[in-house]
Amino acid sequence: MAGGPSHFETFDANKPELIKMDGQPMPDSFTKGQSIAQLQNQKLACLRPQFPFRKWGQSGTEMTTLFPHLAKHIDDLAVIRSMYTDAINHDPANTLMNTGTTISGRPSMGSWIQYGLGSEAKDLPGFVVLSSHAGRSPQPISVRMWHAGFLPSQFQGIQLRSTGDPVMYVRRPGGVDMSRQRDVVDAVKALNGLQIPALRDPEIDTRIAQYEMAFRMQASVPNLMDISKEPAEVLNLYGCKPGDGSFASNCLLARRLAERGVRFIQLYHRGWDHHNGLVNFMKDHCCPSVDRAIAGLLTDLKRHGLFKDTLIVWGGEFGRTPMAQRNKGAVGRDHHMKGFNIWLAGGGIKGGVTHGTTDPLGYNAEENRTHVNDLHATLLHLLGIDHEKLTYRFQGRDFRLTDVHGKLIKPILS
Amino acid sequence: MAAEVLPDKVDYNRDIKPVLSDNCYACHGPDAKQVKGGLRLDSYEAATRELKGGLRAIVPKDVEESELVYRIHSDDADERMPPTESNKSLTAREKALLKKWVAQGAEYAKHWSYVAPNKTSVPEVEQKGFTHNHIDRFILKALKAEGFEPNAEADRRTLIRRLSFDLTGLPPTWTEVQAFVNDKSPKAYEKLVDRLVASKHYGERMAVYWLDMVRYADTIGYHSDNHETKPLYRDYVINAFNDNKPYDVFTREQLAGDLLKNRTQSQLIASGYNRLNMNTREGGSQPKEYTAKYLADRVRNTSTVWMASTLGCSECHDHKFDPFTSKDFYSFGAFFADLQETPVGGQKFTPVPSMAQEAQLEELKERQKGIEKILNTQTPELDKALVKWEKNQVVWQVLQPVKAESLNGTQLKMQKDHSVLASGKTPDKDTYTLTLKNVPEGARAFRIEVLPDNSLPKKGPGRAGNGNFVITEVLAKSGDKGIALQNATASFEQTHAGDKNPYKKWNATSAIDGDIKGAEFGWAVLPQIGKPQRLVFEVKEPLGGKNEVTFVLKQNHGTKHTLGRFQVYATAHSSSKITAQGSVLPPNISSIIAIESDKRNAQQKNVLAAHYRSIAPELSQARKVLGEVKSQIDGKQKSFPTTLISTSMAKPRMVRVLPRGNWLDDSGQEVKPAVPDFLQFGKAPEGRASRMDLADWIVSRDNPLTARVLVNRLWAMFHGRGLATPLDDFGSQGAPPTHPELLDWLAIEFMESGWDIKHMVKLMVNSGTYRQTSVSDQKIVDKDPYNLWLARQGRWRLEAEMVRDNALAVSGLLVKNIGGGSVKPYQPAGYWAHLNFPKRSWKADAGDALYRRGLYTYWCRTFLHPSLAAFDAPSREECTVERVRSNTPQQALVLLNDPTYVETARIFAERIVSEGGKDDKSRITFAYHEALHRVPQSRELELLSALVGKHLKQYQADTSAAEALLKTGAKPANGKLDKAELAAWTSIARVILNLHENITRN
Repeated sequence: MAGGPSHFETFDANKPELIKMDGQPMPDSFTKGQSIAQLQNQKLACLRPQFPFRKWGQSGTEMTTLFPHLAKHIDDLAVIRSMYTDAINHDPANTLMNTGTTISGRPSMGSWIQYGLGSEAKDLPGFVVLSSHAGRSPQPISVRMWHAGFLPSQFQGIQLRSTGDPVMYVRRPGGVDMSRQRDVVDAVKALNGLQIPALRDPEIDTRIAQYEMAFRMQASVPNLMDISKEPAEVLNLYGCKPGDGSFASNCLLARRLAERGVRFIQLYHRGWDHHNGLVNFMKDHCCPSVDRAIAGLLTDLKRHGLFKDTLIVWGGEFGRTPMAQRNKGAVGRDHHMKGFNIWLAGGGIKGGVTHGTTDPLGYNAEENRTHVNDLHATLLHLLGIDHEKLTYRFQGRDFRLTDVHGKLIKPILS
Repeated sequence: MAAEVLPDKVDYNRDIKPVLSDNCYACHGPDAKQVKGGLRLDSYEAATRELKGGLRAIVPKDVEESELVYRIHSDDADERMPPTESNKSLTAREKALLKKWVAQGAEYAKHWSYVAPNKTSVPEVEQKGFTHNHIDRFILKALKAEGFEPNAEADRRTLIRRLSFDLTGLPPTWTEVQAFVNDKSPKAYEKLVDRLVASKHYGERMAVYWLDMVRYADTIGYHSDNHETKPLYRDYVINAFNDNKPYDVFTREQLAGDLLKNRTQSQLIASGYNRLNMNTREGGSQPKEYTAKYLADRVRNTSTVWMASTLGCSECHDHKFDPFTSKDFYSFGAFFADLQETPVGGQKFTPVPSMAQEAQLEELKERQKGIEKILNTQTPELDKALVKWEKNQVVWQVLQPVKAESLNGTQLKMQKDHSVLASGKTPDKDTYTLTLKNVPEGARAFRIEVLPDNSLPKKGPGRAGNGNFVITEVLAKSGDKGIALQNATASFEQTHAGDKNPYKKWNATSAIDGDIKGAEFGWAVLPQIGKPQRLVFEVKEPLGGKNEVTFVLKQNHGTKHTLGRFQVYATAHSSSKITAQGSVLPPNISSIIAIESDKRNAQQKNVLAAHYRSIAPELSQARKVLGEVKSQIDGKQKSFPTTLISTSMAKPRMVRVLPRGNWLDDSGQEVKPAVPDFLQFGKAPEGRASRMDLADWIVSRDNPLTARVLVNRLWAMFHGRGLATPLDDFGSQGAPPTHPELLDWLAIEFMESGWDIKHMVKLMVNSGTYRQTSVSDQKIVDKDPYNLWLARQGRWRLEAEMVRDNALAVSGLLVKNIGGGSVKPYQPAGYWAHLNFPKRSWKADAGDALYRRGLYTYWCRTFLHPSLAAFDAPSREECTVERVRSNTPQQALVLLNDPTYVETARIFAERIVSEGGKDDKSRITFAYHEALHRVPQSRELELLSALVGKHLKQYQADTSAAEALLKTGAKPANGKLDKAELAAWTSIARVILNLHENITRN
């Protein structure tokens, strides 16, 4: 949810103190000496949660009314309300959320996981990235978010695109049909093979294997991306139309990818940077664009028997201020790094749990504070990896996704 | 060295330091805050000190009393070191080494790279055919000691291919290969090396490596990743390598070129090195935070580029493995605190004209001076013309208001320049009554000048919201007697909303018509507001000697269309008609003309003459030329290339140690620029140390790191790995050099040669070590899989840019121009879709720009060209000293399907068909010569002949498919060649360009 969805309008809306303080100055004790993004030199006044919340499901997990479809799965979710991060601007915060540090050039979590677990997919890359947009003019995102950093580049995320070639350079040249392409690849393979006896260079064997993989991808990727043959009932479940490039389509693709053994699937849904128009963007654009789609994905994973083996994580790079932002039109909220929420579901997750709290004004994560590095440690743990042992030596140092930090969030584990 | 055998004498740097550093320093190392149990193992004094409880970790020569030896061998999990939770453990050999070292006295030595290189004598060994220079003697001695023999020299075809890629990044041509293979001269090899090192493409090849390290790119890197191209810096680097600029000079120019005395443009451009870091324009970013980020970035980069030091690790804490402190980090950063930059927002570029451009500008300025001299010289002819001109000039005399009254309450204030300014209440309508004096004798006309003023809406001259006014009627009186007015004209008459006015415009006449067509109509000026306008009218009878007049200005249009600021003039000029048209003399000229010519003083005469020259028809041609020259100068200056350079501020930013790297924490001590404490040598500079002092320290003969670091990296270029690894960490965590004496010898040779890079390059590639074949016996490979001892050459995939350059060169498409702006070859549509602020898309270039070498490709940091990225070109967000060399399906997809490679294949096919003879065999042979520089084997011929036959038939049957293939890329296909044939040979060219061999240097 790139841009930073507000915790007050999603899973942290039970804030009677903040409601009482609505329109009042934000107490100095919170904001003094703290970094502030776009609210620099503005009056800092409290803004109450903009939507009602209620308790949902058997677990009674509190959530606003913006996610009626997701509500049906509420007892599967583990909600963390006490997340915090180190960066207050999109670029560094996204970099931290994806690579465990704000310094550029480090491997992304998907790359670490590929490096740690390898790939199960036979004719698709093991780490894919899809993106969509709804809501406010989106923040840029960069290849850094799915880059392999100093890990070998076979571990980097591959973008699957809804327009143009689904994978860069997967389209055959004009005038070269599948059989002629096969001939070329076969000839390359045969000629490369002739060199093996004399040179015994293992890179030649790898090269041959990679050409095979590339060739298979030319069929498998378009095949994967073509959801037009999915039954109407399935399309309806997610709320997507073939070729619409929506988050809902990407959710359906995510299921298809998971089925094919792709290890790490990352969906960027952009447009959550609500400096203004918070109510409108949340109610009419962002939440509706994900609610039915995610609920559909959870349902679909369950009925395909994939839910218990798939870890689903929903969240953004940071949260939003309890203070109103009013200098850009209809009221919004600014970037906020001291407290926000995310949720997890699926393999290894205890459903119906909420973990941690923010303070009564939703400013600071208070109880069971959970850093991004802790989340990463937990994700790796759920995938069977000890985050302290997954290391790679670079510039004389053993690097980790969690740097020198990270502790498991045990209460959400099943 | 077999694992079981321990060296007779355990060497601290080689055998012990890496073990301690890797396993123990995290808790018992230089980071004072992390020390456990009060024990540090990073110095002899600390390790042998008595600890709490009377124990000593190391008692030299006493294994039994040394707690360290006991702990590492203990079976008790609670006692054993390193502890289980550290995930570290010692091998049996490491334990044995530590024990033996303690038994031998636990001698500590300073880390090898922090001790100046040691000049040792060259080993006196010789082997015919192998030892070409001293390098080989060091290598040979080690080879023998390890039980290896040198490998055979590679064949000439391999050697020229290897040398061409290594030294120019381009393949040789088949003609060059043959010339070399057939060169009987005993110095054929050395001659080839000399030719390649002298090639202008040598600089391009070396630049690729340097640009990776200094993270050169065309965009800012953070968030919106906007355009910020600096190709002049790239050209500087290419030229520096081609001109063989000594490395110390190269270093000084980049770190401190702006501080050099009599600096040249090129040195200024070089100082742009300090500005190559990523920067941000993201809204809501805090300048203080980003200033801290840029400082850290520069410390990481400079210390890695020149010293292979991981000083960057000390941003948050003292270094865990090397003796760098957090204070060292920030003191190093303070060297750059003088750099002028924009913490958040666009950076300021500086024009840096080339010498030719500067000369052209100088010439234009000389021309300007010449013309100005003509325009400033008064001649007798001009004097005569001036007298004639003067007679025809209307001299307006400004009238001084004595009284100014408003009917409806507007405040009218008389100004020093004799204008009247309205303020206060703004009535809908008003009438101003003014009494004015200084009316000249025999006045024949009046002029009302309406003026803009900052206090008025839209700067006036009126007080209506849009800055307009309407003067509906002007009445003039002399005493009680009315003055009849006629021939009203204006500098501008409003036609806007003219249909509402009976005159169809808001003209001057309606202001003196006695309101016969209505009281609300008059003179107005929309949309020419915000500037002066004038209304002129004649009197029917010249006024006699009346000094004072009264003007009544009616403004009865309504909606606040009243006057804001104005002035009244009169003239006694006697020409037939006086109108508002034409230019009005400036007040100072008017007043000079009003003085009789013989009563004017010298200054007045000069001013008048100068004014005349500025309008004299006699000089109009010169003025026209001057205007042209000035606009040429302006255009020239605007055409100057610009770049980011270092500019030193008089008052550098204050730098503090940031506790745990936290930029919000102001509690750390303030630091001044200083080099790391433990690497201090020589005399500290007086006063605040500058970037020049830093550069001097880096390239000082006493600096133990700089020369070693560079020769080690050059070595890696030619052998695939350094003598010391990794290339970017010469600290404790790096491996000690395999050939320490050779590394030191090379470093000293480098410095003694005057930091001569080409000298070192030639030395390395002329060695027998370099000339070996890369193919060797499996047993040798098994015994030394990483080729530490160099009993063979290396074999590796070409770098990203070379993969591209090679394909373009083989096809003949490559455009070999050196330098210039970045270029945009084809890139898949929509690849930049995730960029914003602003949204943008990649527009491929046309013509030659499509076929430039890879190093000129536009380097977008967040979305690097996917074709380069697939072959491991780095994003250049951070320093890259060693690229990874992966082997991926994306690489296959690029070579198979990227239009660049399909286009090169079909252009290569044109060469094959037109230059390769008639039959398949000769054509395939031609293709192998050109691309792989060898003769095809029979199996290869068979395979490719079969393929071309098959595809020829297919394309003959399906010409539209052939046409589609030949349309790939911008270059039109050669229409004289048969399409099906060309398409079929394109298949062959694609196969060859996709071969592993084609993208491999061996």
